[in-house]
Amino acid sequence: MPVGETQATRSPNDKGINMQVPAPFEYERATSVDHAIALMERLGSEARVVAGGHSLIPMMKLRLATPEYLIDINDLAAELGYIRVEGAEVRIGAMTRHRELLESDELATLLPIFRDAEKVIADPVVRNRGTLGGSLCQADPSEDLSAVCDALNASCVIRSKDGERVVSMHDFHRGPYETAVADGEILTEVRIPLRPNSSSAYHKVERRAGDWAVASAGAAVTMDGGTIADGRVGLCAVGPNLTNVEPISAALRGQVPSEELFATVGQIASDNASPSTDTRGTADYKSHLAKELTIRSLRKAVARATGQD
Amino acid sequence: MTVTEDPVDTNAVPTPDNNLNDHKPNGFGRMLRKEDPRLVRGRGQFCDDVTVPGMLHLAILRAPMAHARIVSIDKSAAEAHPKVKAVVTGEDLAAHNLAWMPTLSNDVQAVLATDKVRFQHQEVAFVVAEDRYSARDALELIDVEYEWLEPVIDVRKALEPDAPVIRDDLDGKTDNHCFDWEAGDAEATEAIFADARENGVVVTEDIVYPRVHPAPMETCACVADLDPVSGKLTLWSTTQAPHAHRTVYALVAGLPEHKIRVIAPDIGGGFGNKVPIYPGYVCSIVASLLIGKPVKWAEDRTENLVSTGFARDYIMRGEIAATKEGKIRAVRTEVLADHGAFNGVAAPVKYPAGFFGVFTGSYDLEAAYAHMSAVYTNKAPGGVAYACSFRITEAVYLIERMVDVLAYDLEMDPAELRLNNFIQPEQFPYESKTGWVYDSGDYEPTMRKAMGMAGYDELRKEQAEKRERGELMGIGISFFTEAVGAGPRKDMDILGLGMADGCELRVHPTGKAVVRLSVKTQGQGHETTFAQIIAEEIGIPPEDIDVVHGDTDNTPFGLGTYGSRSTPVSGAAAALVARKVRDKAQIIASGMLEASVADVEYEAGTFRIKGDPEKSVTIQDIAMKAHGAGDLPEGLEGGLEAQICYNPENLTYPFGAYICVVDVDPGTAEVKVRRFVAVDDCGTQINPMIIEGQVHGGLADGVGMALMEMISFDEDGNCLAGSLMDYLIPTAMEVPDWETGHTVTPSPHHPIGAKGIGESATVGSPPAIVNAVVDALKPYGIRHADMPLTPSRVWEAMRGNHTPPI
Amino acid sequence: MEVTMNVNGDEVTRDIEPRTLLVHHIRDHLGLTGTHWGCDTSNCGTCVVWVDDEPVKSCTTLAAMTAGHDVRTVEGMETDGELDPVQEGFIQCHGLQCGFCTPGMMMTARALLDRNPDPTEAEIREAISGQICRCTGYSTIIRSIQWAAKKEQETPVEVSAS
Repeated sequence: MPVGETQATRSPNDKGINMQVPAPFEYERATSVDHAIALMERLGSEARVVAGGHSLIPMMKLRLATPEYLIDINDLAAELGYIRVEGAEVRIGAMTRHRELLESDELATLLPIFRDAEKVIADPVVRNRGTLGGSLCQADPSEDLSAVCDALNASCVIRSKDGERVVSMHDFHRGPYETAVADGEILTEVRIPLRPNSSSAYHKVERRAGDWAVASAGAAVTMDGGTIADGRVGLCAVGPNLTNVEPISAALRGQVPSEELFATVGQIASDNASPSTDTRGTADYKSHLAKELTIRSLRKAVARATGQD
Repeated sequence: MTVTEDPVDTNAVPTPDNNLNDHKPNGFGRMLRKEDPRLVRGRGQFCDDVTVPGMLHLAILRAPMAHARIVSIDKSAAEAHPKVKAVVTGEDLAAHNLAWMPTLSNDVQAVLATDKVRFQHQEVAFVVAEDRYSARDALELIDVEYEWLEPVIDVRKALEPDAPVIRDDLDGKTDNHCFDWEAGDAEATEAIFADARENGVVVTEDIVYPRVHPAPMETCACVADLDPVSGKLTLWSTTQAPHAHRTVYALVAGLPEHKIRVIAPDIGGGFGNKVPIYPGYVCSIVASLLIGKPVKWAEDRTENLVSTGFARDYIMRGEIAATKEGKIRAVRTEVLADHGAFNGVAAPVKYPAGFFGVFTGSYDLEAAYAHMSAVYTNKAPGGVAYACSFRITEAVYLIERMVDVLAYDLEMDPAELRLNNFIQPEQFPYESKTGWVYDSGDYEPTMRKAMGMAGYDELRKEQAEKRERGELMGIGISFFTEAVGAGPRKDMDILGLGMADGCELRVHPTGKAVVRLSVKTQGQGHETTFAQIIAEEIGIPPEDIDVVHGDTDNTPFGLGTYGSRSTPVSGAAAALVARKVRDKAQIIASGMLEASVADVEYEAGTFRIKGDPEKSVTIQDIAMKAHGAGDLPEGLEGGLEAQICYNPENLTYPFGAYICVVDVDPGTAEVKVRRFVAVDDCGTQINPMIIEGQVHGGLADGVGMALMEMISFDEDGNCLAGSLMDYLIPTAMEVPDWETGHTVTPSPHHPIGAKGIGESATVGSPPAIVNAVVDALKPYGIRHADMPLTPSRVWEAMRGNHTPPI
Repeated sequence: MEVTMNVNGDEVTRDIEPRTLLVHHIRDHLGLTGTHWGCDTSNCGTCVVWVDDEPVKSCTTLAAMTAGHDVRTVEGMETDGELDPVQEGFIQCHGLQCGFCTPGMMMTARALLDRNPDPTEAEIREAISGQICRCTGYSTIIRSIQWAAKKEQETPVEVSAS
């Protein structure tokens, strides 16, 4: 705002109003996925879905989100809270809580990146409530599970009254705080392909336990004997659309893992990052972390995949 | 003066089999707290727990920008809200002459802005409504039109000739200068620096102590209940200084002082945040006066962080003149202090820079000089808070950082350098070159003890091996001396109120007692330690002594709890009031024992005839006699009680040696505090368990300030740390298991030899941690990096960027 | 809307606004002021209560979301007037100073010991890492929880289900 200009304040935040209570809304509780979809159909775009609530409710207190209707889907925890191996795929229900993702030994064996990441997502009490679906749908650029799911080449199952559609993580992400989930739709499941001789890892730098990432990187690799058959890296908090850096995958494919390779790939990650300076760190530092954490994640993922960890 | 070993091993951990408590019936020692049974049941009563019938709720509208002229305020829509009882603006307050209030530094501060807003989130209007939620809703309905003004955010530019003038409310004010202050002898200091430049060494470093915030877990709140019939105001309030607040309210609101009762219920942490009087309290009083009903105001976390008393914000240039052999000869500093939009510093009036004058530290110098310019900026007011002992945090950080800078340049071991420069035990009482008289000290044994506990030599060996391998390990030392317990009334007052404290003790007929204090616990355990002081002096068990505090109608006058002053001032008052009672008890005992007063001796609650131990009476017997039937010795009134107002002769000077070990990840620049050894000397110990707790808490504060805490602003003056998502406080994951120890050097002038301990660790720990990180970064050729040492700032420091952008 | 939940074993029904936060419902409507409020953003943990045997942050949970569920607060820790070993541990080991974070800390500690009767120091630090104490520097809190664990191992304590 230029000096000397006058302004009548409009939004609550413009007015210097601080957090404490959400604006009024109507509360509905969904008892099944179909019921949730019916409620969304009926209530339209003024309705928001709440799961764990740890992202949405603070935004409502700030009155950055002022839905007229809130649809509570916590009763769907039984229907959508699961981690299942089906064929060559892990299927995770959208209402699976962070704590369940952290504590699942099966997941830790098949996809160790989940335990790596969940250990450093928020804190144990928040993890009791927060969900996989909630995290992905919030689509915060500093949110860890998007990077995890992209490194794992996951896909998302989205349901509406017209049935289900499956989208890749690439298509799921539309930008910061934006996803492919449209009005009247709900994310129900995340599917992750399982491949033999594969593993994954996640590294995050945070200023303090429970803080959002200064930067983080997740890597997943599939080995073919002594070479990397396929590798993916997802980055977090270092710029938009970095949940899968394609040049990294290209650089890894068919290569023998080595510190030189990791450094080369780390440099690609850093070159593709476009972080901004904020209170978490300088842009230069975050670019450096994109490299450093990519290297560490790849090193770990390869070690795990080759049984050297 | 003696220095003794630990009275107890404070690192020993109680178990269900061994509670470690002292089993002697009375007096000093480890004793469980009397406060705890209610607090662990959730039955404490904090301010927001107070509910009064008919109570309304107040919420404050704040300015969204840092500097702007108020063009107009339209409150009609808010007033039309069905649950709103009142909407009040600065103009409304001005009509009652209540728009401005005095600060504790004799400046004025707007209760609600009338002309301009001078910092982001300044109070602009308030709403009173039937419930908490409606009050917040109605804030949205107030329309304020602002004319934006250029803000002054960079303190270094505040005094430039073309800088906008923030305080145009002050008559004839044409710049942003707040005050200048100096201490020591400039000429003598320069003479030594001139000599050292020729023949010795001079080191200079620019050091920033950033703006931080005490952020107690409980935010500020109050309930104001002005009875329209009696005209009496009862104010439940989060205040560390209930009596001082009462007097200020009397002066501001024009209420007669006897018609004001300030009650400080349980307080969820203070750390200096609850010393000032905030607009919210005054608004609540005004609202209750206007509406005739009780009114509650409970600040939210953002309001707490962005508008209430911050701490530090000193930009310091430090200089040391020394010999090439490492004898420190003189210290000099030039300070630029950011006081925000109003000078709201809560410090003794003659000490606008607080006790920063003790920046000469624990060292015997030939000369010292400090000069400070304090300025106004478009930021929240405050400055003295967060367990700083009136700015000794800044002073200790400066000298302890500078000594390490000198050690770096001289390539000397920082422990050895300190040991070579300590004030020696025979020099006490020691008058510093800035005029402070250190009461007692014996520094070397404390330092040696810390080095022994840490295994200092082994740590240096380990560090050398790790450096060979490219690993970054750092060892940081700080040795601090504090000056606490303000203070002698000849020198120290706040708004004209002398910094003495009253105490009143009544022994009931059955030998139980009540002691009434002017100070107020915010977690320090006064209900326990003050009972122990009385118990030690007159032998009534602590559990038989009720400690009353935090209620101006029921306690004697005094200035409250901050600056580690409760034990040095009020604790002395308690000991002396007990001795007054004991003296009277001795006379009564002499009558009961039919002996002369001089022939009666006292020990642990029992009065005996010297040489005839069989003939004795207990304090309980005497209490009944004092109130009972039968004659008392000639000229003696009945009853067993006394009152005192204690004016301390001097401050007390606790000290300590801290050693911190850190590991730094060379790739990510993350810092891990591996170990922290703290050896404190606070003189006589009343309750070692509570002392250890005070130290632990302060050490965690140090980790916070050194590694993560900062209130920062963007160039428009928007506060970037307005929630606990952005203002980071250490969790259990960032702190090590503390290793504590003690030496005991009693204060010669304090009745029980005790010194303040409440802030020692907050004061002493930041330099130890920063020194450790800088030591770890030695291979990068770095001798200083500014707090908070977040990973990003450490990484930038490794690359030689000494002035981090954020 | 009418909301019914079980709080510390008692069925309580209140007519509340849907936007009512659980922490305000507990404190302002039910008068259980042992649960505190400290930050709004689910960062400080002074508001931790149990919902169905799991600690949650009640400042970021709507009361309506807990309708039909079991809520346990610090006031529900005692059994027949006897302190829970966690409460006792906090007293014995000086695990509190101002006492403001204490109820939330103890609720988390109780949940930890129910799942893991013999936690390591690292596990305790992790468990309470979403909760801030400004007074103790955490060591005595950790000792308090270890004290309770030891006490329960020595004397098996029946943990009351709320």
